[in-house]
Amino acid sequence: MNRSSSILSKLGTWEGLLLLILVVTISVNAAIVPQFLTLQNQINLFQLSVEKIIVALAMTFIIINAEIDLSVASVMGLAACAFAVLVQAGVPAGLAILLCLALGAVAGGVNAFFIAYVGIPSLVVTLAMLIGFRGFARVLLEDQGISGFPDWFNALGRDAFIGPFPLSIVTFVVLFVLAAIVLHRTGFGRTVFVIGNNAEVARFSGINVPRVKAILFIASGVVSALAGLFYAARLASVRGDAANGFELDIITMVLLGGVSVFGGRGTITGVLFSILIVLNLRNGMALMNITGHIQTAVIGILLIMSVLGPNLIESARSYKKSRAAA
Amino acid sequence: MKNLHPQTLRLIALAIVLVGTVLFFSSQIDNYFTPRMLNRIATSVAVILPIAIGQAMVVMTRNIDLSVGSIVGIVAYIVGDYLGTHAGLHPALALTMALALGALCGSINGLLVSYGRVPSIIVTLGTLALFRTFLVEYSGARTITTTSLPTWLVDLPQQTLFSIGPIEFRTIVVMALVAAAIFWMALSRLRMARKIYAVGSNPDAAVIAGINAPRVVFASFVLSGALAGLAGFIFLAKFGNITVVAGLGFELKSVAAVVVGGVNIFGGSGSIVGVLLGTVLVDTIDNSLTRWAVVSEFWRDALLGMLIMTAVTADTFMSRSFGRMKSKVALEKTDANGVGAKKQ
Repeated sequence: MNRSSSILSKLGTWEGLLLLILVVTISVNAAIVPQFLTLQNQINLFQLSVEKIIVALAMTFIIINAEIDLSVASVMGLAACAFAVLVQAGVPAGLAILLCLALGAVAGGVNAFFIAYVGIPSLVVTLAMLIGFRGFARVLLEDQGISGFPDWFNALGRDAFIGPFPLSIVTFVVLFVLAAIVLHRTGFGRTVFVIGNNAEVARFSGINVPRVKAILFIASGVVSALAGLFYAARLASVRGDAANGFELDIITMVLLGGVSVFGGRGTITGVLFSILIVLNLRNGMALMNITGHIQTAVIGILLIMSVLGPNLIESARSYKKSRAAA
Repeated sequence: MKNLHPQTLRLIALAIVLVGTVLFFSSQIDNYFTPRMLNRIATSVAVILPIAIGQAMVVMTRNIDLSVGSIVGIVAYIVGDYLGTHAGLHPALALTMALALGALCGSINGLLVSYGRVPSIIVTLGTLALFRTFLVEYSGARTITTTSLPTWLVDLPQQTLFSIGPIEFRTIVVMALVAAAIFWMALSRLRMARKIYAVGSNPDAAVIAGINAPRVVFASFVLSGALAGLAGFIFLAKFGNITVVAGLGFELKSVAAVVVGGVNIFGGSGSIVGVLLGTVLVDTIDNSLTRWAVVSEFWRDALLGMLIMTAVTADTFMSRSFGRMKSKVALEKTDANGVGAKKQ
């Protein structure tokens, strides 16, 4: 009795609902497409979006902090382009990787400076940088495409690294565990929530709010640069529009995971479930020969529904309450 | 100087920057002050200006509309497609169709934001993708070409309504300027339009004052959609060849023009004159860079991003120092009355 009610109460939460959607998605896919549940397909579906889900982990922190980073896809593109240009200029790929990660930190630092220390809303800053960083990526590559990276670098994006899993997926798993611990088990994670709930209260309780925000945006820059490098490795070539428009998918994954766009609320488990839902939905639709544009539209509808749904339920509840009171 | 309103000061600063930009490029580019260059800038302003006005109204209510680029695409394509089969449609009806289609798209955004209480950034990020997908599916990978369009529409961008000296005013430019004039007068004179400022500067106070805030926000999204529809019509006339990528990225350009034009991103303040100056500045830089030999045209986006950051940073510091100035004046006044004795 007790146990079943606790399971029911878990199902009533956002994570429970997501789990239900996930199970339905996977079952439907498995029923329609026979090869869906093979390990290779599951690795494939991760691999095709691994750059986005890595960035989604950093974005979770930022949105819980009541900020947003629209520039992530441009930082990914900038890092990928910078890497390509450096390698073409004869810089060893290993050094180029380090330089690009540093470039990501600088890009994140620019965002952090304007948001945390000048005090301009992150929506404006990162929108400007979405244009600006993408602009610099185009300046670097103009209209050419660069390929011909070292073989070991391209192999990083595709070949198995541990067991059947490529390095990018292993990196995601490591970062996920790290993110889960930092967000839910450390003091720093608590300050992220407190600031997201009420930055004023956080300031008066002695939290260095600008510092926390700066750390988050610099981390977001580094993680985006890393993801951009994985993207370059997976495609084995880079163009100026690399990773263009990825921010929509990334933000969708985080918000669908139950992270409040107003900050202060969200769990890494919810984000993991929503990542799995988005990946399985896209993969299932692709296997059913549904075009990429329709897939994007379905994700768009999911994004709106993920906020509209709870709002409607809440409205219905308060309506019922007011009727009952009357 | 002291009696000037900070908004006016900001407009003057913006105008000075604009004049400086034009002078700079005229020293760099040969034959800069030609009617041809002017027309190039004016016709690209004609497309962005209506979107920027709509975006400004949405931003003034503390929201954002990222779907405008997709609305421009939908309207340009569908109206072009319809005119291809119904060439006899009266121009005024074609324009009405464009406005109505845009308003319809805008009302979807408005419904979800105002009555579904979904944050505008989520709604319009979603509809940005949804509207574009609709266009891709609707078009079936076909392209609208000038050959299928009626001649009055194809000739429209070259048509000069009137000219002052050597400067010719193209019809599509006048259309955009008329829209700007209408909204400028409405926003500064009409009680209905003043509600936009009220809701943006303090939503709670606006509700207490008896303003139906959700309805004002809804209306701002519908107007933003309708103005994007107007831009779609002008876009169709200007380019004639419409593919599914029509209007891609216009949302960023409109937000840039609005922010550079001094509309407060926290809502509540901004002017159409500022938006006009912001749009002209952004488009002047955009069009001049393609002609400037020193840097490649690939610098356009990078410079645009930096321009927005500079404008916003300058704005932040200006409004902050004005705030300090105001509180200082207030303190001095209370001191004079012997009330604020606490201040040393």
